[in-house]
Amino acid sequence: MTRTLPPNSQPTAAPDALIIPLETRVPGRATTSLPLRREGPAKLTGVAKYADDLVFPGAWYGATIRSTEPHATLVGVDLAEAFDWSQVVVVTAADIPGDNVVSLIRDDQPILVPIGGEIRHQAEALCLVASADRETLRAAKRHLSVRTERLPAVFDPLESTEEFSHLEVGQGDLDVGFAEAELVIEGTYRVGHQEQLYIENQAMIALPHPDGGVTVHGSCQCPYYIHRALKRSLQLTDEQAVVVQAETGGGFGGKEEYPSMIALHAALLARKLGKPVRMIYERHEDLSATTKRHPAVVTHRTGVMRDGRLVAQEIDVVMDGGAYCTLTPVVLSRGVLHAGGPYRCPNVRIRGRAMATNTPPNGAFRGFGAPQTEFAAETQVNRIAEALGMSPLELRRLWAYREGDTTPTGQVLRESVAAPEVLEAAAEASDFVRHTEQTGRARAARASDARSASGIGLAMGWHGAGFTGSGEVHIAGVASVELTDMGVVRVLTAQTEMGQGTKTIFPQLVAEELGLEPEEVEVAPQDTSIVPDSGPTVASRTAMVVGGLIIKAARRLRAQVEAVTDRPFPDSYQLFARDHGGMRVDERFEPYPNVQFDDATYTGDAYPAFGWACAVARVDVDLDTGEVIVRDVVSADDAGRIIHPVLAEGQVEGGTLQAIGYATIEEIKLVDGRYLNDRLATYLIPTSLDAPRIEAILVEKPFSGAPHGAKGIGELPMDVGAPAVVAAIHDATGVWIHDLPATPERILAALTGAPTPAAPGVSVRAPDRGGA
Amino acid sequence: MPVEPHVTSPRTLSEAYALLAQQPHRPVAGGTDLLVQITGELGDPPDRVLDIWHLDELRGIAVDGDALVLGALTTYTEMRRSPLVAEFLPALSEAAATIGAAQIQNRGTIGGNAANASPAGDTLPLLIACDAELVLGSERGERSVTAGEFWPEYRRTALAADELLLRIRFPMVGDRQVRFRKVGTRRAQAISKVVMALAWRGDDGTAPWRDVRLALGSVAATPIRAGATEAVLDGASPDQSTADRAASTLAGELNPIDDVRSSADYRRAVAARVLHRLIREAGGW
Ligand SMILES: Cc1cc2nc3c(=O)[nH]c(=O)nc-3n(C[C@H](O)[C@H](O)[C@H](O)COP(=O)(O)OP(=O)(O)OC[C@H]3O[C@@H](n4cnc5c(N)ncnc54)[C@H](O)[C@@H]3O)c2cc1C
Repeated sequence: MTRTLPPNSQPTAAPDALIIPLETRVPGRATTSLPLRREGPAKLTGVAKYADDLVFPGAWYGATIRSTEPHATLVGVDLAEAFDWSQVVVVTAADIPGDNVVSLIRDDQPILVPIGGEIRHQAEALCLVASADRETLRAAKRHLSVRTERLPAVFDPLESTEEFSHLEVGQGDLDVGFAEAELVIEGTYRVGHQEQLYIENQAMIALPHPDGGVTVHGSCQCPYYIHRALKRSLQLTDEQAVVVQAETGGGFGGKEEYPSMIALHAALLARKLGKPVRMIYERHEDLSATTKRHPAVVTHRTGVMRDGRLVAQEIDVVMDGGAYCTLTPVVLSRGVLHAGGPYRCPNVRIRGRAMATNTPPNGAFRGFGAPQTEFAAETQVNRIAEALGMSPLELRRLWAYREGDTTPTGQVLRESVAAPEVLEAAAEASDFVRHTEQTGRARAARASDARSASGIGLAMGWHGAGFTGSGEVHIAGVASVELTDMGVVRVLTAQTEMGQGTKTIFPQLVAEELGLEPEEVEVAPQDTSIVPDSGPTVASRTAMVVGGLIIKAARRLRAQVEAVTDRPFPDSYQLFARDHGGMRVDERFEPYPNVQFDDATYTGDAYPAFGWACAVARVDVDLDTGEVIVRDVVSADDAGRIIHPVLAEGQVEGGTLQAIGYATIEEIKLVDGRYLNDRLATYLIPTSLDAPRIEAILVEKPFSGAPHGAKGIGELPMDVGAPAVVAAIHDATGVWIHDLPATPERILAALTGAPTPAAPGVSVRAPDRGGA
Repeated sequence: MPVEPHVTSPRTLSEAYALLAQQPHRPVAGGTDLLVQITGELGDPPDRVLDIWHLDELRGIAVDGDALVLGALTTYTEMRRSPLVAEFLPALSEAAATIGAAQIQNRGTIGGNAANASPAGDTLPLLIACDAELVLGSERGERSVTAGEFWPEYRRTALAADELLLRIRFPMVGDRQVRFRKVGTRRAQAISKVVMALAWRGDDGTAPWRDVRLALGSVAATPIRAGATEAVLDGASPDQSTADRAASTLAGELNPIDDVRSSADYRRAVAARVLHRLIREAGGW
């Protein structure tokens, strides 16, 4: 069921008229029936071509030789004489013409570890092999060995001395706040790794050009990241490097930065060989080597008054970046900026640091640092409510941001604050108050030998829309709308479709401006030789930022055509194209009015706007085994403006289920810096039987800076699901689980008073290897 | 990367015996274990595979004298749908329903589960607790091995290289009660953290139990019987003090390990708690 809140409505205690009838005309919303997913039929009928479906005659198969140690010097690569090496091509770091770095924030991660170089994590790429058939490739891998000298390894971010980044935000005076506080509550929360688990593994195919250039086709979120990486390391011009997105089976952030690595590998092999090379990961390799969500340790100290007022928040965030920097500083900053939760507090200090360990690098994942810190923040709030004897709903009514409030970076929330609305909507739809009374009574009356218990839990959250700080200004994305000389309207952006709906909503937005049907608007392929760099498909920015650009471009196109034809665009654009040829309008990002951020001091408008969310989860806990069944979840999410309600609900449902996996079962154990849960038999995510009933409530509190008011929705539900589930487990059992995932092992230990199981995300050392 | 060993598909059991007598073959039944193992990633694949799916001699569920007999090729779906299993060994249909999900249940067989000899094989404790006999055959003839002797060590069975598992006989004992419980990570497609089968003889209600069998999987290198706990339960009535003693004896007698799926502490604790619950439910208190 979809319910939406009228624009600009005021918060009410119990909103009952949340529905905008579908026929109501709002910018970008289809006026007739909702368009089907643009690429849906091809996917359903199996016609869609994912990377591994693409056929390039004569292509060879590539493979990566990886380290089996967490920290070592690479002494040499030995090719056994027993094997005929003329049947294969081998690439080492010495074959890289340009810089041996995967271009991103910091130049620390090599494409391949050079001889004499430092291996910094398990499964790190050391060299590459390709062969015409898989049998020979397998044989070649068996005859290739690496010599290493082991170095001491660091696995615990709290013990690491190597820092990727740190930052601090705050306002007011903590000493004053804590002096005033009548109650101080402390808590430490830990979260482990999480795997994105896109359905399609990482995959890239590289085709060499005669002039030394290269075209890569593959699964990715950000074609221009790959473009930049190829240019730099292969020393290519803009035109020599071409990146084409194949149909992509999910990303969740996992295909933000890692595809640059695999594209570089495929391209290096293809250039040396002079033939196309396919680099298609199997699941085991994908799980072992690619990026995960950052583990984190978050410590809270909160000062409150007996009447519930929040007076001081001191928060310390430590993230484990893994062996290389990747996007870690940006993940940390988003984590820190969201660490206080969506609550008004006069005295705040939040400190964060991201540390290096000898584990595979962590990277982008839906929520980008916020799910970690918001789990901690919300669990802390729920514990405070318990300590004060207040309802967690009441406490949030008291604390939640309203328009005019100021965040710890000094950002004044001038508009588009839907914290009260999402809170009330979720509480009402879930009947939170009544259920809480029921579960409370049941808990009080429960016999000590009861077999099961039910509970309900609530959490809320916020998510900064688009890039952090001056990110969008630095990206300066360009998007275009074109009327071709054949009389076809098409949208040109680098925004990728990975199942979330880009290719469906962009034609909707443009058609709306031009007075056409969505089906009449084409989407140009995500091919860097065709589309401009409109920035990466990340940070829930596509609908808000790039959607805004194409609306503006469409408006200009319409005006220019109508100025010439003097007739409405729909009636005249084809004649215009016939008589005057095509016309393309490029629109470059302009800073949103009155949005300013100082990167040096970390003050100002950290985000142009925030999305708001609240989730209520109900669980059953088996008191014998600690097993949890999440029964149902209500998730109310404000995305500013809902462009396509069905796709938006899909984002809420998928994000909620991913959050439930994070909350309950998704865990990676490590030995010697190596992931043990590196197959689908051991890395378990919820199945359809584990999925709860999910009710998505879509709330609309538009952002005036975007022409259509949209703020992005993809990440919001990921921030709130886990703390809601943990609160429900507490409501059922009376125990607080501070570490994610809240596995039966952790729950049973808490119920029986047994020692807390090991912290998530920290590797143990292999017994036969000495400690460092 | 796919590997393609040579596969032979005999049509009769004697044809299969003859092939096995000539050369070593790895049998494949439903293939739900074997196909995962022969990716080429996890050690060398077998040279020759014997596809036994067409051997109808290995199919069927029937009552034979005082035993319920399941052909080795009986799938989990067939067990779940069988009126004979529902009547004489409902714990087996319960167990079958917890294995994998629909696709695995359609293909996976009880013979494959037994012959694969995983310590986490879900039907294995049930076979042990029910005193099942595994009937093996080769050109040399047929022989029976009790479930208690079929898994001598980690991932080994009593099968000789030229033998096939033909069928499994569950003796039908009039007053035997059997309970099954699996603890996994999620509600489908989950390998057990602990799996338990408990069988006893006795009248309904709270009369003392006889011939108690308590077998567990995923807590040792092979499926095991918990002898000390059985001794506590044998001759005792299913009351609270029995349950308490049995649970603490079980926790003391198990020696599980930490691994990727769970921890030793959890396995020990949960086995004891589940046993306590089963006794309590049987005792009706
Ligand atoms: C996704 C998935 C989920 C699963 N879930 C579970 C689960 O929940 N619980 C569980 O216990 N198992 C589970 N399994 C494992 C597997 O499905 C079972 O063990 C199944 O019973 C194996 O039967 P099969 O016929 O497919 O065996 P196969 O794979 O055909 O054979 C398995 C082994 O037994 C040998 N073999 C088979 N039949 C004979 C015979 N008649 N005589 C001699 N040797 C023989 C084969 O040579 C092979 O070594 C799962 C597997 C998968 C892939």
